[in-house]
Amino acid sequence: MVTYIVRRLVTAVLILFGASFVVYQLTALSGDPLEDLRASNAPNREQLIQARTELLDLNTPAPLRYFGWLAGAAKCLVPFAATCDLGTSIQGEAVTTALARAMGNTITLVTTATVLAIIIGVSLGIITALRQYSGLDYGVTFLSFLFFSLPIFWLAVLLKEFGAIGFNNFLADPDIPPTTIVVVAIASGLIWSLFASRSWKRKGIAFLLGAVAAAALLFLLDLADWFTSPGLGPIVILVTGVGIAFGVVLLTAGLRNRKALYASLIMVALGLVAYYVVNPILNGATVWMIIILAVITILVGMGVGFLLGGYDRGQSMRAAALTGVFMGLLIVIDRFMVTWPAYVGNSRVRGRPIATVGAETPGLDGTFWINGLDTFTHLLLPTLALLLASLASYSRYSRASMLEIMNMDYIRTARAKGLSERTVVMRHAFRNALIPLATLVAFDIGALIGGAIITEQVFAFAGMGQLFVQALRRTDPDPIMGFFLVAGILALVFNLVADIVYSFLDPRVRVKA
Amino acid sequence: MTIQNSPDLPEGEAATVTGPTHPVPETEAKGLSQGQIVRRKFFDNTAAIVSLVIFAIIFVLAFTSVGFAGIPGWWKYNHTEFVPLLDGGVPTITGPFSWGEHPFGQDSIGRDYFAMTMRGTQNSLIIMFIIGALAGLVGVVVGACSGYFRGWPEAVLMRFTDVIIIIPVVLAAATLGEAVNRFVGAGAQIWLLGLFLGLVLWTGLARLVRGEFLSLREREFVDAAKIAGASNTRIIFKHILPNAVGVIIVNTTLLMSSAILLETALSYIGFGVKAPDVSLGLIISQNQEAFQTRPWLFWFPGLFIVLICLCINFIGDGLRDAFDPRQKKFNAGRVKDARKPAAA
Repeated sequence: MVTYIVRRLVTAVLILFGASFVVYQLTALSGDPLEDLRASNAPNREQLIQARTELLDLNTPAPLRYFGWLAGAAKCLVPFAATCDLGTSIQGEAVTTALARAMGNTITLVTTATVLAIIIGVSLGIITALRQYSGLDYGVTFLSFLFFSLPIFWLAVLLKEFGAIGFNNFLADPDIPPTTIVVVAIASGLIWSLFASRSWKRKGIAFLLGAVAAAALLFLLDLADWFTSPGLGPIVILVTGVGIAFGVVLLTAGLRNRKALYASLIMVALGLVAYYVVNPILNGATVWMIIILAVITILVGMGVGFLLGGYDRGQSMRAAALTGVFMGLLIVIDRFMVTWPAYVGNSRVRGRPIATVGAETPGLDGTFWINGLDTFTHLLLPTLALLLASLASYSRYSRASMLEIMNMDYIRTARAKGLSERTVVMRHAFRNALIPLATLVAFDIGALIGGAIITEQVFAFAGMGQLFVQALRRTDPDPIMGFFLVAGILALVFNLVADIVYSFLDPRVRVKA
Repeated sequence: MTIQNSPDLPEGEAATVTGPTHPVPETEAKGLSQGQIVRRKFFDNTAAIVSLVIFAIIFVLAFTSVGFAGIPGWWKYNHTEFVPLLDGGVPTITGPFSWGEHPFGQDSIGRDYFAMTMRGTQNSLIIMFIIGALAGLVGVVVGACSGYFRGWPEAVLMRFTDVIIIIPVVLAAATLGEAVNRFVGAGAQIWLLGLFLGLVLWTGLARLVRGEFLSLREREFVDAAKIAGASNTRIIFKHILPNAVGVIIVNTTLLMSSAILLETALSYIGFGVKAPDVSLGLIISQNQEAFQTRPWLFWFPGLFIVLICLCINFIGDGLRDAFDPRQKKFNAGRVKDARKPAAA
């Protein structure tokens, strides 16, 4: 194993040398870095050209210039010596600084989108595989093909138009006309009836329930003027919490496991108490405080599960901890919602909360909650665009993988043993269906940092992609090389990680030593 | 590997058992070649056939309306001439057969938008086909050689693939754009763009084909051919390639659908097809600020990208189902469901 990893790493370094040389030459060929100066009318044009020629060392031929860059980049390999030199951009900023800033922005943008895409995509894939050839399956299949075919820049412009400008107009005067309520109700009914199982009677009931619930919800929200001053309140938190508790127990332990159910319900009660107790401290919240509170919640949940669970403590602990996390999430969401009117009324936001460009409102200075909302409103649309675009591959992939697993002999064995359908699906099929996805996820994480070039461009988001595109427009080699180095190393490393993880997850696959 | 007939059924009876009471062996009658089975399965797939028809219509429309390679088309305008604005350039199309003067409207300086969209579609299709053909060819050759010969050819070719895979595509396209401006005329632009993109996009296919060859070369029929004295060329072309053709066709199709998205995206950020010529991505990027005042400038090209891409995806999916030998298993389940009421 160690030999294998070492050998792969050595090849990776060689690949990186070869590819970086090619990239450097391509960059040098891709344009004229003096173009804007040649066209300018400045009186000191010649001096400017002279200065830039010296800065970029243009008198040396590109193949030789590469080694100059390489000598600087090689210093990055010296540990703890802060001598890393990736060169400077045309504007004179050190590439290392620019890269650090851009990477931070890109990571905040793509992390949420990827995590959500994985969770939603995989669950959709699993559900459609279990309901193969149903209306739901066909609907989701069509939608995933549609999202897969949408050019992301087109989708992004649509989102800006309707998600930001349209929604902001709506928020300025939140009044839902009755026709909209009817349309939304019918749509929700159709969606719920798709989820219902095959018989027409159950589909009809699901349709009615979904339609009535959606209509009532919209009507009440409209009546209570919820869109200008949103919030969940203790009652909604309690009801949702109980629902979540049942759902979590159903999936992780099965409702027959009473101990797990009671442990989760206790967590809901504790969460409601925490809603009142913790609220005052939340005024001065920081990121670390939220993380510490989350850890405490998980520990309390595990404690409750441990104390209650007799026969199979692990299940109760897991269910209680998960329920606790969801309760915490509800409380935090409620807190954000309560802050919403203050955010919208802020003089910098001026009543148009959903942003179309940038990563943050410039000059906004507020509490943790205000800044959190600001990040949310800026990331909402790009995240949605990325999410829809990457959702499709996950759902298709996990559906195919799940279908294959459900035809395996050991699934038949599990059924023959008399295990419940939940155990068969969640314990025997689901876990094995995730194995091929691990490779896909590893690849995607590797591609993430360099990923969202187009999305960042449309939403004017100052991340890695924009750094790259802007440098390319100016034919500025050092930032391009910096971008390539980060993206390339990550891609190679995660390629290796994918192979190793796969051989751990599936013992039939052995890496060649 | 996937013999589709049931051995206990004499050939002559195949016609008599196709009645509604025995729907099972119908498609599995004797004497069907692999190609025939695939074709039959593909033509049974409604979504794929509908997509194929729509794609053919778009193809014919794009190539005949504004003309191609010097042959004039039947549409009265082309994508460069300025026509006085009619009614603010609003689209005049009201139905499939009443197109009016400017069916897709006019852009802000009066060019006929139908002609521009068609020209853009044509360019996108040309680039897509070049990428598909070239990337398919290179991918199959590299994958086949490294998978069949193993040893040092595999090591060299696969490391080469790894090098190509981490070179950013945008960079390759941008380099090409500059090279075109310097050395070649703008007319060859789209051909070269397709060529260049094809030369960097074959990597995924090469890996897949290599995997397929690795497993196929260990099979008994390859051993048999070797013992019979067949040359390497003959084994590769006559024995292994026909068995890998499903993977190759399906993945080339899917590659083409992502190629069209890539080309439009590149043109959108300014590194693909450039200004005097038009591309669907380019005209969207030129007109996106006008969304409030002239929304049609945004809708029509986008609609064509989505339609083309959706059609190709469905065709690819249909091909995948048709080539997949495991597909039989799923159909067996469906047939069982269908038989239940008949048995009761």
